[in-house]
Amino acid sequence: MAHIKLGDNSLEKETVTLNLGPTHPATHGVFQNILELDGERIVSAQSTIGYIHRAFEKIAEHRPFYQITPLTDRLNYCSAPINNMGWHMTVEKLLGIQTPKRVDYMRIIAMELSRIADHLVCNSVIGVDSGAFTGFLYVFQKREDIYEIFEEICGSRLTTNMGRIGGFERDFNDVAIAKIKKFIVEFPDVMREFENLFNRNRIFIDRCVGVTPVSAEKALAYSWSGPLLRSCGVDYDVRVAKPYCSYEEFDFEIPVGTTGDIYDRFLVRNEEMWQSLSIIKQALVKMENEPKGIFNAEVPDYCLPPKEDVYSSMESLIYHFKIVMGEVPIPKAEIYHSVEGGNGELGFYLVTDGGRAPFRLHFRRPSFINYQAYVDIAKGGMISDAILAMSSLNVIAGELDA
Amino acid sequence: MAEVKEMNNQAVLDKLQFKFADAIFNVSEPFDLLTITTSKDKVIEIIQFLYDNEELKFRFLTDICGVHYPDQELPLGVVYHLHSLTNNIRVRIKVFLPESAPRIQTLTGVFLGANWMERETYDFFGIIFEGHPDLRRILNVDDMVAFPMRKEFPLEDPNRTDKNDDYFGR
Repeated sequence: MAHIKLGDNSLEKETVTLNLGPTHPATHGVFQNILELDGERIVSAQSTIGYIHRAFEKIAEHRPFYQITPLTDRLNYCSAPINNMGWHMTVEKLLGIQTPKRVDYMRIIAMELSRIADHLVCNSVIGVDSGAFTGFLYVFQKREDIYEIFEEICGSRLTTNMGRIGGFERDFNDVAIAKIKKFIVEFPDVMREFENLFNRNRIFIDRCVGVTPVSAEKALAYSWSGPLLRSCGVDYDVRVAKPYCSYEEFDFEIPVGTTGDIYDRFLVRNEEMWQSLSIIKQALVKMENEPKGIFNAEVPDYCLPPKEDVYSSMESLIYHFKIVMGEVPIPKAEIYHSVEGGNGELGFYLVTDGGRAPFRLHFRRPSFINYQAYVDIAKGGMISDAILAMSSLNVIAGELDA
Repeated sequence: MAEVKEMNNQAVLDKLQFKFADAIFNVSEPFDLLTITTSKDKVIEIIQFLYDNEELKFRFLTDICGVHYPDQELPLGVVYHLHSLTNNIRVRIKVFLPESAPRIQTLTGVFLGANWMERETYDFFGIIFEGHPDLRRILNVDDMVAFPMRKEFPLEDPNRTDKNDDYFGR
């Protein structure tokens, strides 16, 4: 970019160009921003994205539905189960599969745990970027606990590939239930401690309050969604606006902010974690009231048979291969389904032509849409505020670049 | 206070058909989502109307994406998803363009957020949004010449001999 000539009110004659990223420890991901600086003030900025573009939408056109789940893991890898289940629910909606209530509650537990994990990363990293490392270390213990729960549920931690079309591959085992219960008991103390470290911390407040505020009008014009939109005072949450997975049965509130600054984004995410915890508690009770042992819908055409049966019975082996190879009937349709992801409305626009792979699959990735406002909100501010603003947007490189 | 009428797909469609009678074709409701097709000359006007209308208030742009139907007369589709947060109702608007001149007006005048969505659509489908402030590639490298989400673009190098996916039908 060309240097910008500065007026008499500046000590400098012209701006200095600074490459912030693509690999910079303060950006927490592969983002490049070319900044034109007048001292420490950002005069203009330009974002370059796409450094980890992996052509997921193109690959998805060549894969049967099950093999798309691992692609969704790698969008927002901080809350992979939400992506997995969002995709499975899209396919279920397409196929008209009704999931049993117990499956819905199990899914809600997994999704709300991942929302907590996602928000923990974001909020503690806001702390790190403003110079408060301690909170980050404290809450990562709890994030570890969540990953251990995922490990019990599906066998993996970060990119979970959790669940099946119609439900889960297996029931939550006793260890998983015990770990969830332990988490419910222990998390409030850690969360309270985290809030005590930050919410009334003078330095943190000075760094966050009034920094990069965004009005509700601007947030809507930029198609922001999720905690960012809510921090600007708009109470749009897909879980309430268009309930999926039995969310309508749950009692929870949508926290909203007023000014849309970094502090509001931080507080909204914190409160959402409390709400998620309450949802998990409710879901666990509801789940235990349901008949035991139901963990997927009766859809043998789409739900992989248990592994033991695949090794011992012919029919299961046939079904296993049919499903893996995508030799199952898929209607010709066009569908948009969205779920409330960690960063906002995560949408799946799926067009099928009756073939084994989608004709077209488009992911509405909240990070991609939220991040385009970054240059706008960083402009005019100090470079240190821009760093903090970026972590408060919680841009996940995988979701940004697809 | 005026009586609040429950807004549904039919009410939205009635309003649209009243205003743009000859520009709305192929109305359908797949999975309860009102879907209409329109022409490239009318689409921005229709979206602006949906945005401005005090009863409809479609003021949230959910998504813009492209679709390539190589067998159609007008193969390149642009799909807009709009959401009225106040009425909690969505609408999908489709426009189809010829491959020879895939040009359409930009939506950035109505929604700031259309900026990157249109850049992405341009990047992958080569659809040119006229009047866009900064229409460059966004996820692919700048010197790429192809538009990779078009159906004729192969997923893998067609000259590869070490891998045969024929049995997998893809």
